[in-house]
Amino acid sequence: MLVDVPRLDILNESIRNLFYHVTSWFAMVFLFIASFVYSIRYLNSGNEQHDLLAKIFVQVGMVFGAAGLVTGMLWAKYTWGAYWVPDPKLNGAAIALLAYLAYMILRNSLTDNLTRAKISAVYNIFAFVMMVIFVFILPRMTDSLHPGNGGNPAFSGYDLDNTMRFVFYPATIGWILLGLWISELRFRVDSLSQKMNDDLDIKSDRLDSIPRLDEE
Amino acid sequence: MISKITAILAKEITSDLRNPYTLAGSGLFLLSSLFVCYIAAKRINVVATWVALFWIIILFTSFNAVAKSFVSETRERMLYFYTLHHPGQFIASKMIYNGLVLIVLSSVAAFVYSTLFSMEINDLALFAYGVVFGASGISFVLSMLSTIASKAGRNLTLLAVLGLPILLPIILVAITLTKNAVDGIDWSVQWKYAFVLFALNVVCLALSLVLFPYLWRE
Repeated sequence: MLVDVPRLDILNESIRNLFYHVTSWFAMVFLFIASFVYSIRYLNSGNEQHDLLAKIFVQVGMVFGAAGLVTGMLWAKYTWGAYWVPDPKLNGAAIALLAYLAYMILRNSLTDNLTRAKISAVYNIFAFVMMVIFVFILPRMTDSLHPGNGGNPAFSGYDLDNTMRFVFYPATIGWILLGLWISELRFRVDSLSQKMNDDLDIKSDRLDSIPRLDEE
Repeated sequence: MISKITAILAKEITSDLRNPYTLAGSGLFLLSSLFVCYIAAKRINVVATWVALFWIIILFTSFNAVAKSFVSETRERMLYFYTLHHPGQFIASKMIYNGLVLIVLSSVAAFVYSTLFSMEINDLALFAYGVVFGASGISFVLSMLSTIASKAGRNLTLLAVLGLPILLPIILVAITLTKNAVDGIDWSVQWKYAFVLFALNVVCLALSLVLFPYLWRE
């Protein structure tokens, strides 16, 4: 993190944001891809665990997306002079997060487990394909201030002696693994609490079947 | 296959013509929102604003027009359809029907809008292309999402929440394409927007055909 970075005008030390900002987005994209895959697997298998995983990957991915957005906004304040500029890349990122918020709202508005799993899987697949088009294809067609788009060099154009790569690549892997680890913890907590609820239901069923004293 | 789709399409059209108040309602919604915009703004000189307002009107009209397509079907009638048709044929005909309705509505909108707010459109053919494929893309996405929203039971609000983020790629490309058409920008720049708009239509169509069978009978 404290490696030597290229000294450049305007960018200065803010180039270190690469280690947080870009890695957050990579982790988010990775988690959303995982969620997309599990939604497809759910539609094929009908396995409730797959649906749960798809939901958790979206939740954790949105945390990383929010981190990417906040770090990007801070960086933009110091290099572009404003927290938000009307740029296709920025708007694409915000809209992609909105689509996944809509996914969570859709999930919460459905009460039946089976219907919820099916319908939200369908929406997830639809939203993911549109997100790919919106975030990765459309910004490349127009001008963009964002590094790596519209003729602006990405960090590889600045990082001439490759010192930043030594931090950047491990950080990317680390962020993705962090995301996977949080998802796994959540998955275990959620499936345990689901199991507990099921056990409680069974117990209460049994209690109902025991004849009560006042009925005798 | 084709005959089945046309049969469902014919059923949709006749049932709407017999009971024209929903279609007329959408049309009236469109005209009144156009007129409200006209009274509010009177003149728009900036092309970007002119195009943006036009697409906002189209967007709200299409929410209004498409939302009814699945909401209006009762549960019992849907059950009856399940026994008759294949899901792919069913959603295809719904999408074609909604696409036709929206293309007609937005053509009317384009005509009335450009009469109220006079604006010289330099490349009329490309403008028409943008309106037609923008409207059909919106209707494809909304047809699919309105089935999702109707399953969840909360119709128009949920449709708007689910629809807006997903509709944005289509709307943005359509806005750029029509804005450039009004400005008369050369075809060498425009072809990629025209292509992407067409490709988005195809993607939405294909996704709906693949995914709708999973929503079927739910």
